[in-house]
Amino acid sequence: MMEGITEMEQPETLSGYNFAYLDEQTKRMIRRATLKAVAIPGYQVPFGSREMPLPYGWGTGGIQVTASIIGVEDTLKVIDQGADDTTNAVNIRRFFAKTAGVATTEKTAEASIIQTRHRIPEEQLRADQIIVYQVPQPEPLRFIEPREAETRKMHALSEYGIMHVGLYEEIAHYGRITQGYNYPVQVNDRYIMAPSPIPKFDNPKMDNMPALQLFGAGREKRIYAVPPHTKVKSLDFEDHPFTIESWEQACALCGSEESYLDEVITDDRGSRLFVCSDSDYCRTRREAGHQGSGLPVPGEPDTTSTDTAGEAS
Amino acid sequence: MIDRDQPALLQVSDLSRYYGGQVGCADVSFDLHPGEVLGVVGESGSGKTTLLKCISGLLPPSAGTVQFDTRVDGPRDIYELSEPERRMLMRTDWGIVFQNPRDGLRMNVSAGANVGERLMAVGARNYGEIRSAAVDWLSKVEMDLGRIDHLPATFSGGMQQRLQIARNLVTQPRLVFMDEPTSGLDVSVQARLLDLVRGLVRQLDIACVVVTHDLGVARLLSHRLMVMRGGSVVEHGLTDQVLDDPQHPYTQLLVSSILPV
Amino acid sequence: MPQANPLTDDAQDMIRVEGLCKSFTLHNQGGVRIPVLENVSLTVKRGECLVLAGASGAGKSTLLRSIHANYLAQAGRILVRHDGDWVDLVGAPPHLVLDVRERTLGHVSQFLRVIPRIGALELVAQPLLSRGFDQAAARKRAEEMLERLAIPETLWSLPPATFSGGEQQRVNIAMTFARDYPILLLDEPTASLDADNRRAVIDLIVEARDRGVAIAGIFHDAFVRDAVGTRTYTVDSARKAA
Repeated sequence: MMEGITEMEQPETLSGYNFAYLDEQTKRMIRRATLKAVAIPGYQVPFGSREMPLPYGWGTGGIQVTASIIGVEDTLKVIDQGADDTTNAVNIRRFFAKTAGVATTEKTAEASIIQTRHRIPEEQLRADQIIVYQVPQPEPLRFIEPREAETRKMHALSEYGIMHVGLYEEIAHYGRITQGYNYPVQVNDRYIMAPSPIPKFDNPKMDNMPALQLFGAGREKRIYAVPPHTKVKSLDFEDHPFTIESWEQACALCGSEESYLDEVITDDRGSRLFVCSDSDYCRTRREAGHQGSGLPVPGEPDTTSTDTAGEAS
Repeated sequence: MIDRDQPALLQVSDLSRYYGGQVGCADVSFDLHPGEVLGVVGESGSGKTTLLKCISGLLPPSAGTVQFDTRVDGPRDIYELSEPERRMLMRTDWGIVFQNPRDGLRMNVSAGANVGERLMAVGARNYGEIRSAAVDWLSKVEMDLGRIDHLPATFSGGMQQRLQIARNLVTQPRLVFMDEPTSGLDVSVQARLLDLVRGLVRQLDIACVVVTHDLGVARLLSHRLMVMRGGSVVEHGLTDQVLDDPQHPYTQLLVSSILPV
Repeated sequence: MPQANPLTDDAQDMIRVEGLCKSFTLHNQGGVRIPVLENVSLTVKRGECLVLAGASGAGKSTLLRSIHANYLAQAGRILVRHDGDWVDLVGAPPHLVLDVRERTLGHVSQFLRVIPRIGALELVAQPLLSRGFDQAAARKRAEEMLERLAIPETLWSLPPATFSGGEQQRVNIAMTFARDYPILLLDEPTASLDADNRRAVIDLIVEARDRGVAIAGIFHDAFVRDAVGTRTYTVDSARKAA
C-alpha cells in the first residue's frame, strides 16, 4: 500500500477507503468516547478499538484518535521521540496523507494536529492545536494491581494511596524517585493518569496547556483526555519534590540550554554529541541564527595513535 | 480501661448467615465496648469464621444487623454504608488480621511500604514522616528494623504476622478483627505474638474480636468469650467464668478436653 | 484503730450478697448436679475483714469466686458498691463487670496465672499505667511493693513462671495491693509463705483494712486469721443440708 510512494508528495486518497481510513460510524464512536474523556479529565474511557493496518505497539490508538478528529483543512505533524524523520513518524504521516489527503508539516507552529510518541514539542502549543499521544499502557496502577476490576474501583473511589507506595519504594531503594518517563500525574485534582512514556522533563508542559491533549491506547482500548488549561500535577512527596532532568551540555547544533537533549555516540571511544530531541525546534533555532559548538564531547583519548600532524577540518 | 459510660462500639443483633439451606451462623447478638477483647471459640464448622466475616464487612448477612459507632456519624449499620464509606472504614478505623498473612499483606512491596500504605492512602505526603511511622510501628511489633526495606516474602510466618499487625494498627483503628492470628506458627512464636497482641491491645485501648479454636489463646487474650457450635452461640460470658465455670455441656466438653501441659 | 461503728451503718456496706445459690451440673458425667451454696446472704463493710470459715469443701472458695463473678450464680444477688452505686454482678452486662473488677473489686487468687515473657516488675507496674500513674511513678510503686514482699531485685525482670510457689504468690499479692481497690477478695493469700513473708502480707492487709478497704478472705492459717479478721462468716455446705 505504501510502497513506491516518496515522502512529501500529496497523492490522491486511496480509492476504496473512507476519509482517514476509519468508517464514519467508528469515528463517531471514537469521538463520543473522546468527548466523554474531555468531560472527565484523566478518566480512561473504554472504546471499541479497531483493527488497523499496523500491529499493536505501533501507535494504533493514537492513529484512531487522529483519524476521528482530522478534517480536510487540518495540517498534521507526526513525531516519534521528538523527530519527524524516524520510520514510524514518516509512515504515520504518509498514512494520513494517503487516506485523508491532508496537508502535512514538520513545523510545530504550522500544525493543527500533532500526533506524538514519547515527547511533547518544545515549542508552546496554542489553543487552536490538538496534541494526540500514543499510549502503550493507560493504567497507572497496573504496575502494582494487576486486576482490572480492582483498578477501576480504585479510580472510582480515589483510592490512590498505592501510587505513593510505588514512589516510596523507589526512594527507599534508590534514595530518590527514579521513574524517568511515564511519570504519574494527577489531573484536575481527581484522576491519576499515565501521561504515556514522555520523559518527566515534559510533564510540566502538560499543566495548564492551552491546547487540547488526547491520549489513545489501541491495544488496551482506552481513550483519555486533558482539556485545555487543566491542572496536571506530577506526584511526589513534600520532602522529595518532583524535579526534571537537566544537562551540563547545550545542544551541539543550535546551542539551546533549555530543550530535552538526546545523546548521540559519535565514535568507538565514547565521544558523545548532545542534540535537541525535538528536531523542528532545533532547526527553527538554527534558521534564526543560533549555533551550537558543533563539537562532540570527547571520549577516552586514543593513546595508540602516532599521527602528530594537526589538520584543519 | 473499659469505660462503662461509652456507647457500644459494635452492636451485633440477631445476625444470621445461611449458605442455601446450610447454616453458617444463626441469631448471634452481642455488644462490644472500647477496649474489650471478645474471643470466639469453636471447632471447625462452628460458624466462627462466617461470623467474623459478617461482622467485619466482608460478607453481608442473611438477616440481622451490624452497627458500628462511627467517628463522624455515630452508630451506623455497616451494610447500609455506601461501598466507599465502608472501604474507608476498613482502611482507617478497622483492622483485619487474616489467618494467612499473605491475605493481609502486599507481598511485592517492602515491609516499610506495607506499614506506610494506609497512611499514604489517607493523604500522608511526607516521605520522612511516613518512614518514621513505619520504623516506629515495626519496632512496636518487635521486628528487626534492618528489614524495613525487605519484601515480606522473605520473612518467616511469625514476622509476616507481626507485619500484618503493624500494617493494621498504623491508623490506630478502634476495632480489630483477628482470624486465628497464631495458628500455623510454632508454639514459641505463638507465645511471643500473643504477648505482643495483648500488650498492644491494652496499650492502645483497642476493641478486638479474636476467632480461635485454641482455648489457651482465648484465655490469654480475651476478656469475654463466646462459644460456638453448629452455627449458634452456646455460651458466652467473661472468659474466666466460661472457662472456670462452664455451664453448657459442649463448653464443659471443650474445657475438659484441653491437654494439660 | 477506732472507726465509726460499721455494723449498723448502711452506707458502709460495700458488698451485699442476698440469697445466693450456686451449684455445678456436670453434663458429661451423666448430668450430676452438685449443690454448693444454698441461700447465702452476707454483707461486707468498709474497714472490716470478713473471714470466710467452714469445713474443707464447704464452698468458701466457691463463694469468693462467685462474688468475683468468676463463677456464675444460679440465683440470688451479688451487690457491689461501684462508683457510689450498687451493681448486681448477677446479670450485669460484661463490660460493667469488667469495669467493676478493674477499679473496685480486687482479687488475690490462690494461683498466679502466668503470662509468658512479662517480668515481675512489669506485671505489677503495667496495670497502674491506666490508673493515672506515669511510667516512672508506676515503676516506683511496683518496686516498693516488691521490696515489701521481699522479692529480690534480681528477679524483677524475670517472668514469674520459673519462680517458686511462694514467690509467685507474693507477686500476685503485689499486683493487687499496688492498686487502690475499695474492696478486696483474698483467697488463701499466705498459703505458700514462710513466717516473715506472712508477716509482710498481714501488715499489708491490716493497713488496707484500716484505710477503709472492705475485705473478705479465706485464711486457713489461724494466726493470720486472728491478725487480720474482724468478723467471721461460716459457710455451711448446701450438700450437708441435702
